[in-house]
Amino acid sequence: MLLSNLEIIPGRRVKRHLGLVQGSSVRAKHMGRDMMAGLKNLVGGELKGYTELLHDSRDEALSRMIAQAEATGANAVVNVRFSTSSVAQGAAEILAYGTAVEMEE
Amino acid sequence: MDPQSIGPLFQLLAFFVLLASGFGIGRYLERRHYRSIRSREKELNGLPAVAVKVPDAQTLLATSDARMVMGNVVISVDYFKRFVAGLRNVIGRRIRGYETLLDRARREAVLRMKQEAGQLGANLVFNVKFETASISKGSRRRIGSVEVLAYGTALIPKR
Repeated sequence: MLLSNLEIIPGRRVKRHLGLVQGSSVRAKHMGRDMMAGLKNLVGGELKGYTELLHDSRDEALSRMIAQAEATGANAVVNVRFSTSSVAQGAAEILAYGTAVEMEE
Repeated sequence: MDPQSIGPLFQLLAFFVLLASGFGIGRYLERRHYRSIRSREKELNGLPAVAVKVPDAQTLLATSDARMVMGNVVISVDYFKRFVAGLRNVIGRRIRGYETLLDRARREAVLRMKQEAGQLGANLVFNVKFETASISKGSRRRIGSVEVLAYGTALIPKR
C-alpha cells in the first residue's frame, strides 16, 4: 500500500478513485508514563513516553485506514491528513484520512 | 518555632527549590537541545523539506518512488517558565519561554521526519504539514506540554 500526502504519486497514474477512507485510534496515557512526565514537567524537555504513545496510536490509525482502503480494492492512498483531538482528560483521538485510489502498475 | 508555622514555611521553601531547579536544569537542558538541533540541521542540509504542494515536472521525472514520512515529539516546559508564563498572563506581552518550546518542538519534529526520509534514500520532502496539539488541555493541573507532528511525502530519486 502506497501512502502519500500529495495529490498524486510520482511516476504513476490514477486509474480509479475509490472514495474517502479513514482510521482512528483513541489512547489514554498510563500511570508509569504519567509519573515520569510529572518529573519532566519540573525541568522541561522531551516526554519520551508520550512521544512513543502518540507515535504508536498514529501507526494504529494509519493501519486501520489502510485496512479500509484494501477492502475497497485500492493499492494507494493519496492526500493523507492527520488530525488530533482530546476526547477526555488524558485521552487523545488521532484520525488519519485520505483518498483511496487504484494506481496503474 | 511553633509547629503551626512550619507547614507554610516548608511549602514556600519547596516552591523556591522547584523554581530554582526549573530555572537551572531547564536552562541547561534547553541549551543542550538547541545545540543538538543545530548540529543535526547542518547534517541534514542536503535534504530539503518544502511546503510546496505539487512537485514540478523536472522533479517528477527524476523521481522513482514516493513514501509518506513523519516525525513527532512531545516537549514540556519547565517549572520556572510556567511560573513566569502565569505572571505574563496578567500583564500580557509575548511569552518567550513558550516561544522557544514550540520552536524546539517544530524543529525537532522536522528533523525526525527528515531522518526517516534519509533512511529511505530520499533527497526531497514535499508538502510538509504541521499538526500541533496541547496534550493536557482542560486538565486541572495544566502541564504546558505540546505535541508537534511534521509529515510530508519523501521523493526517492531514480538511481
